[in-house]
Amino acid sequence: MSKSLYEKIGGEAAVNAAVDIFYRKVLADDRINRYFEGVDMERQAAKQKAFLTFAFGGPNKYSGKDMRDGHAHLVKNGLNDSHFDAVMENLGATLKELNVPGELIAEAAAIAESVRNDVLGR
Amino acid sequence: MIHYDQETYKPEQNESVLDCLLRHGIAPPHSCRSGICQTCMMRAVKGNPTPVSQKGLKETLISQNYFLACSCIPQEDMEIALPDTQLFRKTTKVIDKALLSPNVLRLRLAAPDDYRYFAGQHTAIFKNKFLGRSYSLASVPGIDHFLEFHIRLLPDGQVSQWLQHEVHAGYSITISEPIGNCIYLDRYLERPLALIATGTGLAPLIGIARDALHKGHQGEIRIYHGVRTRHDLYLHDTLLKLSEQHSNVRYIPCVSRESVALPFHKGRANEIALNDIGNFAGWCVYLCGNPDMVNTTKRSVFLAGASLQDIHADAFIHSP
Repeated sequence: MSKSLYEKIGGEAAVNAAVDIFYRKVLADDRINRYFEGVDMERQAAKQKAFLTFAFGGPNKYSGKDMRDGHAHLVKNGLNDSHFDAVMENLGATLKELNVPGELIAEAAAIAESVRNDVLGR
Repeated sequence: MIHYDQETYKPEQNESVLDCLLRHGIAPPHSCRSGICQTCMMRAVKGNPTPVSQKGLKETLISQNYFLACSCIPQEDMEIALPDTQLFRKTTKVIDKALLSPNVLRLRLAAPDDYRYFAGQHTAIFKNKFLGRSYSLASVPGIDHFLEFHIRLLPDGQVSQWLQHEVHAGYSITISEPIGNCIYLDRYLERPLALIATGTGLAPLIGIARDALHKGHQGEIRIYHGVRTRHDLYLHDTLLKLSEQHSNVRYIPCVSRESVALPFHKGRANEIALNDIGNFAGWCVYLCGNPDMVNTTKRSVFLAGASLQDIHADAFIHSP
């Protein structure tokens, strides 16, 4: 059997390496950082970790409903495609920084892309 | 068996702590149930959590037996509690009191038997059964035979005023179990530490600095103490002495509301530290005191390169 995306990217160690880089990019990104203000940073980082695990094809039990419920208050505050695009951009840049090969980045991006409508409540 | 909130529950084979509690109609906070979101974090008061259930937790939490209830299949009897609960109280005696500045009272209590704590943790001091306030420990286990607190005297403070005016040496006083995650990690021995405090936020940080030195810390230690006027630098001489005794310790007194000349620095402690250090990659950062300072600095040092795993913070909220 061929290796899963999660294994190819490097599993949990890769998620741990990515979370600081990714979260730092998100907080520094003026297009989206207002959505991350006033939230406990450790809780937030745990959520970022869950998101990265998901995008890397790793073990997770998040459902479309979780994604909807978790972002509903942000959608009310104007969360839209442009913000989702910004997160995708930061995800790609993070993986690039970690020297993940382009085809694996594309796979991870496709997984993350699959929740766009749920996150945006459509 | 699982002991929780004065009841005992028997888990089925291969049943997690969380599932066992849920099956009995008890719902501690939880979300992903996959060991990722950390919502269901609890603390083992007795018995050891499984290593799997501590995966991904901050080391400061692991060393205090925190674990994720959703991924812990208990291997032995465990007594568990929600995070931030202080289970026991102990009564002890006041050893002495001294004013360190017009607004800061030093209180020393005899350390009760079996009172295990880490330097940098906090405990509640009770005026009576129902009224307690949280104070950080400034003492270090293994060095000090007493518990030391730096009490900020608030004009309307129900506990601080009582401590100042009515409590004397020999008085019996009740304190809670110590908790808190602002503690030194043994793996930091070679790393540079930035300790940034405002006001009595210095109490846990002097504890952490002395604890680190006691354990043989080799890396640099910078202590930034932020106050309004020079008179508020209530440990000035102690910290000067500490920096003279240890070549790796630097003490940077920061005064925000009056003009000062060196060795004092004019400005806010967090801003001076950010300027001074610049790139925080590799630094271990401890932040204690004013909640605004703590929260904005947490973010600033993270953006300046510190790893989230190495940022430890304790925001002091003053209530009358």
